[in-house]
Amino acid sequence: MTDTADLRARTARLLAAHPPATTAPLDFLRARFDAGLAWVHFPEGLGGLDAPRTLQAVVDAELAAAGAPDNDPGRLSIGLGMAAPTLLCHGTDAQQRRHLRPLWTGEEVWCQLFSEPGAGSDLAALATRAVRDGDRWVIDGQKVWTSSAHLARWAILVARTDPALPKHQGLTYFVCDMTAPGVEVRPLRQITGEAEFNEVFLTGVQLPDSHRIGEVGQGWEVARTTLMNERVAIGGASTPREGGMIGIAAADWRARPELRTHDLHQRLLTLWVDAEVTRLTGERLRQQLTKGAPGPEGSGMKLAFARLAQQISGWDLEFLAEDGLTYDDWTLRRPETVDFTGREAGYRYLRAKGNSIEGGTSEVLLNIVAERVLGLPPEPRTDKDVAWKDLPR
Amino acid sequence: MTADTPASDLLYGETEDDLRAAVRALLAARSGPATVLADLESGRACDAGLWDALANGIGAAGLLVPEEFGGAGTSAREAAVVLEETGRSVARVPYLTSAVIAVTALLGCDTGREPVAALLTRLAAGTVGVLAVPWPTAPDQPFRTAPPVRADADGALHGTVTSVADAPSAEVLLVPADGPQGPALYAVDAPATGVITTPLTPLDLTRPLATLTLDGVAGTPLATGERAVAAVRAALTAGAGLLASEQLGLAEWCLTTAVRHTTTRTQFGRPVGSFQALKHRMAALWLDIASARAAARHAADALATGSPDAPVAVAVAQAYCAPVAVRAAEECLQLHGGTGMTWEHPVHLFLKRAKSDESALGAPGRHRAALAELVELPAP
Repeated sequence: MTDTADLRARTARLLAAHPPATTAPLDFLRARFDAGLAWVHFPEGLGGLDAPRTLQAVVDAELAAAGAPDNDPGRLSIGLGMAAPTLLCHGTDAQQRRHLRPLWTGEEVWCQLFSEPGAGSDLAALATRAVRDGDRWVIDGQKVWTSSAHLARWAILVARTDPALPKHQGLTYFVCDMTAPGVEVRPLRQITGEAEFNEVFLTGVQLPDSHRIGEVGQGWEVARTTLMNERVAIGGASTPREGGMIGIAAADWRARPELRTHDLHQRLLTLWVDAEVTRLTGERLRQQLTKGAPGPEGSGMKLAFARLAQQISGWDLEFLAEDGLTYDDWTLRRPETVDFTGREAGYRYLRAKGNSIEGGTSEVLLNIVAERVLGLPPEPRTDKDVAWKDLPR
Repeated sequence: MTADTPASDLLYGETEDDLRAAVRALLAARSGPATVLADLESGRACDAGLWDALANGIGAAGLLVPEEFGGAGTSAREAAVVLEETGRSVARVPYLTSAVIAVTALLGCDTGREPVAALLTRLAAGTVGVLAVPWPTAPDQPFRTAPPVRADADGALHGTVTSVADAPSAEVLLVPADGPQGPALYAVDAPATGVITTPLTPLDLTRPLATLTLDGVAGTPLATGERAVAAVRAALTAGAGLLASEQLGLAEWCLTTAVRHTTTRTQFGRPVGSFQALKHRMAALWLDIASARAAARHAADALATGSPDAPVAVAVAQAYCAPVAVRAAEECLQLHGGTGMTWEHPVHLFLKRAKSDESALGAPGRHRAALAELVELPAP
């Protein structure tokens, strides 16, 4: 049984064998993976020790205190948060052994080829085709909102393998080689001026059948694993009191007495309370997870986070008055990581608009809460049993 | 500022779950919505049989009272669970006023003194005591200006206190007064010469209100000076913090009831709960209630552990939970359509309780104003 003391001992042995001060960062990360200390809840041999997920914090704290390099997780969010759990759940042994180590060390960046111009909230309606050709698949279609596509070595891809089946049944899940001929990545500029995301055009891209994850036609079930992990990743981060957006707003209020009005004061206090309560709700969810009894609160955390980020960033821009009229930089940049709070107020306001769209729109999340948590009756779904090819488009 | 984020246990423990099950079973059997509705215009100040079963049968009256005075010696966390259940059933019992607010006021006095110890023992056994302040009084308000009651050198009390919650059923009054040496807290037996209790017609018929007129009645001094001020403040802080749990239970009933109704009510050939316009409102309410639970648990835990963060936790809980309970009741009514406007359907009991609770122990705006000072976000 792996416990705290055991993990501390293993961490100490890793640090002794590979002193961070004299070890190249990548070598250290590989050694950490091989020691099972990358993600302790993963299986042995795949970077973990089959230990409780909550014990990861023990390892992380010891390594941070020793000045060990990390794998820059912000840059690897798709791989760590989505591709890895999906590979773990549905991949073959060979796929897991090939991909998980360089995914975790950051040697290979991943991206996600799910959304399409014609398939956003209704992801299962996607039109990218995968046609079997012997032991290969030929992919044709267009994907959109792909962060990191320009940096990625690999992608998780959902494509339609049987248009004659209803939309959920005709899908198959693949690992796509982003260096394969026929993969074209174009930046997609956002309202912030930068291009975090890309459009990806797939034209006659050939993938070996060994890159398939799960059975043919099982793509929707596999994709759901990915999407559940996405929502956990977006909504689940831990923050201290006045962490994140509200901390910036509160600091602005304290620093700029000349801008204060009664109306802004009332609204700030309401937002402060909302932010604190949302923090506590997240903390309660974490305490439930620690006890191994996750509550349904997770379904709602992203909703609350998006609403708060939008309201607070809007408040801040208004509070800053003259300073809110200017913008730091409209240059088309291609950031490797996204920091919702890292730039000035105008950027924060504009970027937060995406929070209620990306990773499931707030409207879709409300449907999920209503139907799965509250058990309310579903909307009638006229497209559920119709062959995909016969759906109106 | 606020550099240290206070840690607290936001879950429910096993004994809390057991206590909840006992209280819920009692209230389900004795205080269902139909019972409360039928009793509403009876003129009785509270459901005395139910109070006895809750206070003595389950022992809920003594949860906050130390064992040496006949209580259970548990904490605000357990009392909060009781309040979730009394809120869920809008039970007509003086639990918040007597077993939380009055008991906490007494605990703030010198419990080594006989009159304080005797009163604690009586309240633990189900005697109803109330703190004689207007029900909207926020924790930081008493003694900011002179209280409405004046005590002369002999301890004779004079003055009028308006809208005192559960005063009609009170046997003991704890009276903050302007005494000969400044702030003081006195005890008065309610059925005594010189105490006139004038019941009001309350918006919330499940929490009776009365105006108390004290006309020279002799009070027993319990505390004076800073001790009296602190005892009253602690009582109202505990009351406001745990009121959030009552509001949580109330809101949960409203959401559960709305979901049940819209699942079975059919219009346009579909259950109305299948329309997104309605289900999104219930989903949003669910999220608000999940958040209210975290806020209420945090406040209860901070009160239970004597955390220095308790004033912030309580202000956050009241500022957040009061409007959630009101919204839950209003949504529940609207989602019932015409049925929601009838006297026969119990949702109006929850609406009236929620709206009155919003004004109780400091309205949300007062708690936000308190927060402005506590977390250093000063007004212009």
